[in-house]
Amino acid sequence: MEITIIQLFNGMSMGSILLLIALGLAITFGLMNVINMAHGELIMIGAYATYITQNLFIDYMPASMFNWYFILSIPVSFLVAFVIGWILEAGLIRFLYGRPLDSLLATWGIALMLQQLARTIFGAPNVAVKSPTWLDGGYRLMDGVVLPYKRLFIIGLVIVTLVAMFLYIYRSHAGRRMRAVMQNRDMAACLGISTRRVDAMTFAIGSGVAGIAGCALTLMGPIGPSLGTYYIVDAFMVVVLGGVGKLVGTIVGALGIGITGTLFEFWTNASLGKVLVFLCIVAFLQWKPKGLVAMKTRSLD
Amino acid sequence: MPLRQLTPQKLYLLLAYAVAATALFCAPMMLSDFRLNLLAKFLAFAIVALGLDLIWGYTGILSLGHGVFFGLGAYAMGMYLKLEASGGRLPDFMDWSGLSALPWFWKPFASFPFALAMGILIPALLALILGFFTFRNRIRGVYFTILTQALVIITVTLFIGQQKFTGGTNGLTGFTTILGHSIGSPDTKRMLYWITAAVLIAVFVLCRFLVKSRFGKVLRAIRDGENRARFIGYNPAVYQMIAFMISAGLAGVAGMLFVLHVGIISPSTMAIVPSIEMVLWVAIGGRGTLIGAALGAILLNYAKSAFSESYPDAWLFFLGALFVIVVVFLPKGAVGLFRKWKIPKRRRTEHEQQVGHSAV
Repeated sequence: MEITIIQLFNGMSMGSILLLIALGLAITFGLMNVINMAHGELIMIGAYATYITQNLFIDYMPASMFNWYFILSIPVSFLVAFVIGWILEAGLIRFLYGRPLDSLLATWGIALMLQQLARTIFGAPNVAVKSPTWLDGGYRLMDGVVLPYKRLFIIGLVIVTLVAMFLYIYRSHAGRRMRAVMQNRDMAACLGISTRRVDAMTFAIGSGVAGIAGCALTLMGPIGPSLGTYYIVDAFMVVVLGGVGKLVGTIVGALGIGITGTLFEFWTNASLGKVLVFLCIVAFLQWKPKGLVAMKTRSLD
Repeated sequence: MPLRQLTPQKLYLLLAYAVAATALFCAPMMLSDFRLNLLAKFLAFAIVALGLDLIWGYTGILSLGHGVFFGLGAYAMGMYLKLEASGGRLPDFMDWSGLSALPWFWKPFASFPFALAMGILIPALLALILGFFTFRNRIRGVYFTILTQALVIITVTLFIGQQKFTGGTNGLTGFTTILGHSIGSPDTKRMLYWITAAVLIAVFVLCRFLVKSRFGKVLRAIRDGENRARFIGYNPAVYQMIAFMISAGLAGVAGMLFVLHVGIISPSTMAIVPSIEMVLWVAIGGRGTLIGAALGAILLNYAKSAFSESYPDAWLFFLGALFVIVVVFLPKGAVGLFRKWKIPKRRRTEHEQQVGHSAV
């Protein structure tokens, strides 16, 4: 019983991290049909932004303030990743619209360069980010079941981000423009929406969310230049499984992969668990080739 | 080809191919053993590139999973070599991981023909299965590409995790002989080089035949308009599956040759980065042209071995930049650049112009 609860909780935790990572992907992929393989590196950038914030606090702030650096590092990593995403869109991505496979290759090249850049600046070994003391320990649910505050905090962070994204996409003018472009780009352009600006904004927001994911990952363990590559393929599987165009598909996909993955790995072992999850995804796609939630369209392709 | 159609251009092309083939076969006389071994490795890579070009350049399906097919071929050959090196005893890594008897699926690999057949069949079969479950449901484009990448990840984790069967992170190495000949001796190496060159030429001819045939035309039709091809009455899924299977089989062949030249196969050879590098070979040489894919593989690997020996860090920057440059500025690769530069010089005849117009 206790073990089941712990495994379910770990699955939830894994799923929420995947969700945070896949959220940005789902937006860029759904809206612009761009496969951003550099997404993992934006996560890495967010993580290093947190690391730098921590170091700045250690160097320039009184020790009593240290515990609060993490609160500041969340918007910092969002902003850093946001700006880099914006530059990436303006400098490269916008030449690749309508060529998803090419965008995949080009952004993969960017990913390689960013990784190597991080290795040059911060060195190849992993660096540790010291989590604030108020996240140490855990909440004791019952005997033998302790839910670490760190993981609870990440789940909370994901929920907050999700609500913010929901409000942005479904309740704001900018979000309405974004959905309009997603549903019918030409029509939206005819109605006076600057699709260029919407694209840039969307890509930058997707990147910013990746930055937040990077910030959250610093709580889970040491970070290194290849941090993003561990998660990127799983995150893409979430997008494939969940379908594009609606947030709910991504949420269900992420939690599904997170929980089944953790359970399979618990029942078998880490390598077999991954195989089983992959087989499940392929089997699922037999039933729903477009993913869980597909945008209804009457066009053929 | 009837002599009538043998325009000077085609003649030059044939001549160039003949010169290239001769140069390939004469290379052992000019190169040192070390360089020859490198070249042999690059020729094996060129075979993968040809297979990848068949599926990507001609059918429009991007597979980031060819490292797996390459690796499976290499492992099949590696298993045979390992068993021969162990000389009837248990391979050393199995001993260390506490196995007491040879697993059943290792046993038949003691036979060379069996290993050879499996090196082609296993990758082809895996490709067929993956293709069956995806193409049939019209899962394609980026969705398929992501699935192939996931295939890479799980295969690598599986091979690392099942250390007692696969040798784990270290992979298979410590080979001594092949069919009784010492694998390290210069004579064997030269022989293996010639075999690789011959296989490369055979694969090239096979691919050229496929591409020029009716089958190849359907593949290109699927690439350019899958639904149109479907409405005309072709079943794209079947063609995609066959093309993917052939492509994977060729990657298996290349993997077998690779392990003979390099003497080691480990999961890192089939990981994500090598798999995607294979795509870059094709992209930089020119997707949709066979010679471009083969030359791209050889030249880029040559550049890599020249660069990365002296500047391993700068190489990754260079590789990344190359991806961006090729995709943004050279979508047709080096061959495309060459053609762009050549075609305006050629005067079109009136007949060709008419044909050109009616095709539009």
